[in-house]
Amino acid sequence: MSSWLLLILLAAVALWLVGAYNGLVSLKNQTLNAFKQIDVQLKRRHDLIPNLVNAVKGAMDFERSTLEAVIQARNQAVQVNASGPGGVKRISQAENALSSALQRLLVVVEQYPQLKATSNVGQLQEELTSTENRIAFARQLYNDTATQYNTRQQQFPTSLVAGLARAQPADLWEITDQGERAVPQVDLSLKPKA
Amino acid sequence: MTDEASLTLFQQQEANRRRTTLLVVGFVLFFAWLGFGGDFIYWLATAHEPPAARHTVWWFGMAATALGVLLAWYAYSTGPEKVLWATGAEEVTDPATDQQRQLVNVVEEMAIAAGVPRPRIWIVSDPDPNAFATGLDPRHAHVAVTQGLLDLCSRDELQAVIAHELGHVKNLDVRLMTTLAALVGAVLLMRDGATRIFFSPGSGRIGGSGGGGGRGGRKNLGPLVAVLLVVWIVSWILAPIISQLLALAVSRKREYLADAMGAQFTRNPLALASALQKIESADAPTTHIKQGAAHLCIADPLGRRLTSHEGFLADLLATHPPMAKRITILRGMGYAALKKEGGSAA
Repeated sequence: MSSWLLLILLAAVALWLVGAYNGLVSLKNQTLNAFKQIDVQLKRRHDLIPNLVNAVKGAMDFERSTLEAVIQARNQAVQVNASGPGGVKRISQAENALSSALQRLLVVVEQYPQLKATSNVGQLQEELTSTENRIAFARQLYNDTATQYNTRQQQFPTSLVAGLARAQPADLWEITDQGERAVPQVDLSLKPKA
Repeated sequence: MTDEASLTLFQQQEANRRRTTLLVVGFVLFFAWLGFGGDFIYWLATAHEPPAARHTVWWFGMAATALGVLLAWYAYSTGPEKVLWATGAEEVTDPATDQQRQLVNVVEEMAIAAGVPRPRIWIVSDPDPNAFATGLDPRHAHVAVTQGLLDLCSRDELQAVIAHELGHVKNLDVRLMTTLAALVGAVLLMRDGATRIFFSPGSGRIGGSGGGGGRGGRKNLGPLVAVLLVVWIVSWILAPIISQLLALAVSRKREYLADAMGAQFTRNPLALASALQKIESADAPTTHIKQGAAHLCIADPLGRRLTSHEGFLADLLATHPPMAKRITILRGMGYAALKKEGGSAA
């Protein structure tokens, strides 16, 4: 009788081990995938910017410095070395700089109603808004998934299996630029889940 | 909020898978009951006939079960198409106007936020603002909005509505609700067919032979046959009503949950609140969306009065929770977030 009990207990523990291990692995892959999604969206933004700048260059001769700031920030963001420790931090710094440059461009466009009237610029605005949203949402998904992953591997009793599943805390995508922190929409979307 | 809302996403998906299976199995069993019930009554009625005239092979049951399986399979596999077809939605493959381009952008953004593949996008040319999602799984999902919604809502509000729909997609509500819509459609079709059979002159003969055909055991069997026959016929009549009630029971709590998921995706509950407000104040019914697909929509397309009330009758008969309550809950979320924001900045 007691041997049966022991067997059942062992089986239950084994089942739990498998479940916890697989849960961690699946969360880890989800986190990696979410990170790749940010990459995809960033690449989209990098590809989009030259076209957009070309589209408004003629109409915005008087705001040359704003456009140049965007192009410069874009070129720096493309060249960031993403591998190695702190890769997430380096990318996020470069991308945040690009975000604020684009943000300024959008504000400038907003200031000249006659610019918005040309359909080209209207589309540009929509595309820019959408791109910025995509990146924000991709980061949000990454941060949510990474937080879930981090919480899971730190919580008892799953923390016992964390070493076995080679689980390591994932870096969250943080805002480094104080200026960007002031933009409420971005601030809200990037706040790590409590 | 509700007990449904406290489940994790995974449990939510599991529950929806299980409910879909139950629904399909129940549907087939119901057809089997109708068929074999008919066989049994016929057999009782002919039990005292000479052997040649007895009903011994259960043809009705087998035929009805086969029909049930066929219908269920057909409904399940073509459900999304049928729903879209019934609403007259047109797919946006190549966005032509700025408005459509914005819709496509917004859907892509929300698909990223929800972490699901981009669904196919459809527009229903109806001036009343409404939206629904359909599909069997997130990989083959469809999101449809009415032209009225595009005209009426700001970008943020549109985003909130799409996020709500993707909430339904992500937790597999769409599978259950689409299957239900397709099965309800099938049952309604069957009812029309059955009505024709029952009210044609031939229908009296089953009952007649039960009452007059017996020999020795007629006294015992007569009432039993009559009772069974009544139950059987009643279940034929009740079938469409039951399927409607199922559709109602399935959809109400889900709306709160999808609202919450939508708010989680956009982090902007106030936008959804104001979108719902706009949808609510445009109180004309969405004429393109018929009763069968009502439970799929973000707001009751039929503009039924019951939807705005709470209580026993509304719980029984409304497909959607009261709009005012949904808006209040979303506002609560929004103000809580703003308060937190203010507190942390100070």
